[in-house]
Amino acid sequence: MSAIRVRGLVKTYGAVDAVRGIDLTIEPGEVFALLGPNGAGKTTTVEILEGHRQRNAGEVEVLGVDPATAGRGFRERIGIVLQTSGIDRELTVRESLLLYGALYPRRRPADEVIEITGLSEKAEARIKTLSGGQRRRVDLALGIVGDPDLIFLDEPTTGFDPSARRKSWELISNLRSLGKTILLTTHYMDEAQHLADRVAVIAGGVIVAEGTPDTLGGRRDGGATVAFRLPAAGRPPAPFDVPAGADGFVRVEVKDLAATLHGLTEWALREKAALDGLTVTRPSLEDVYLQLTREAEGD
Amino acid sequence: MTEGRTPIVALTWQQVRYQNCLFWRTPVAAFFTIAFPLMFLLLFSVLFGTEEFEITGRGMFSVAQFYAPALAVFAAASATYTNIGVGTAIARDEGVLKRFRGTPLPPWTYVAGRIGSGVWIAFIATVVMMTVGVVAFNVNIESSKLPAALVTFVVGAACFAALGLALAAASPTGDSAPAVANATILPLAFVSDVFIAMDNPPDWLTAVGNFFPLKHFVRAFQDAFHPLVESPGFEFDHLAVMAVWGVVGTLLALKFFTWEPRESASGRRRRRRRTGGSEPSGSE
Repeated sequence: MSAIRVRGLVKTYGAVDAVRGIDLTIEPGEVFALLGPNGAGKTTTVEILEGHRQRNAGEVEVLGVDPATAGRGFRERIGIVLQTSGIDRELTVRESLLLYGALYPRRRPADEVIEITGLSEKAEARIKTLSGGQRRRVDLALGIVGDPDLIFLDEPTTGFDPSARRKSWELISNLRSLGKTILLTTHYMDEAQHLADRVAVIAGGVIVAEGTPDTLGGRRDGGATVAFRLPAAGRPPAPFDVPAGADGFVRVEVKDLAATLHGLTEWALREKAALDGLTVTRPSLEDVYLQLTREAEGD
Repeated sequence: MTEGRTPIVALTWQQVRYQNCLFWRTPVAAFFTIAFPLMFLLLFSVLFGTEEFEITGRGMFSVAQFYAPALAVFAAASATYTNIGVGTAIARDEGVLKRFRGTPLPPWTYVAGRIGSGVWIAFIATVVMMTVGVVAFNVNIESSKLPAALVTFVVGAACFAALGLALAAASPTGDSAPAVANATILPLAFVSDVFIAMDNPPDWLTAVGNFFPLKHFVRAFQDAFHPLVESPGFEFDHLAVMAVWGVVGTLLALKFFTWEPRESASGRRRRRRRTGGSEPSGSE
């Protein structure tokens, strides 16, 4: 049985179609990242899966039940890290974990959760004294204190500095190695690349591409950008016989990389032309993402 | 790792203790609930004096015999109505309620925690007020009428707890909840004989006071300490009015209560800017 199975999900707010027919299947133990610009429908989708919102149409099954009607048993098996956090400011970190931990039948010891989220030094501190990043870690701690099978992480590291982000990534990787299913939304392509087994790009309320971070949007199809500084003498062979840019570099997107590159290097050897600054770049996940969301917006 | 559900009674008890803990850690709430009414007690004793007068056949009494119970009721009403209403509205806007909604906590347990804690704090405020009255101002307590006082307290506190939940549900934002609370309870206190029993008030003012539950709470509780009221001192007509208002409050709360934060006006402006004004979206 899939951890999450969605067919034809539709959600409208008044006249606005926030989600317009999404299909999604996430297997147990998978880390799945939902990428998309603000207003694309990411949070709406995730909140429907969490049971926070009602859908207008479509089939949704999370851990084998419909979250719209699921009860306590369902919530005992999920952990939610919302985008906007609400924790009582006057409680300490440890008190918050004890309070929320008691709600779950399979709770993890507060001290253990405090340690793995890197909050040991702040365990007795009131929430109101924590920095934004520390509060976000408390969110994460509260999301896993019930030892959930499925964890929803809505932009878990937004606003983190790079080292805090790395630490959170480690934590999420550890959760994966425990066999947890994780549905993650993020703005950061490096985060999706680093953590996710599969990613889907959502734009304008529909999924415009789905795949592994390495194959999304045809990243493995052999296409690449070849760039080098145009030598003073000579004229490179096609398709490189184009005018150089302002920086003196020729930049060409090629499909058949091996053959095209062979043609170029052969010419360079013959002409004794040094191909200064030669680079071959595959499109990054970010390039693919930007292109996909641009296309979806119809630019 | 611990296995097994926490029993529901323990969860509810934990919620009550959690709300109590939040209350005592918010000094401003504790001040307005406990200390503020006590200041009125001291102020009135200065204004009205502490001299005792004789009621034939009943003994000597001070004026505090009448206004200490009234102020105790005021303290109880603000401990329930104001604290529950404001606290719940703020918790909703901060996303605390939404977070609980995503956990296995049965929703009514949260509400029970709010009510239990509000009533407990109201009890403390009432006991403090009456104790200060007895110790410092010679207020006389008849043990035979204490059951009536207790029943009146429970019915009144439950009524104002329900109205507090209705206040939270009706407040557009957490920020506005204290204003709504004060704008309702303070004028009501004046027409409900909390501060001063008016001589010959206009009829409509009496009617307004009689319509709302606070005056009935004050009267019923005062009578439990009134030298001329015979024991047991139950005032069932006043209790009935409070019970009806408790039901009204509960129904309003059930109808309008939400777990989701309500978007403030500034939040909507931010969103419009971000989506360029063309695509209003309630999603993100």
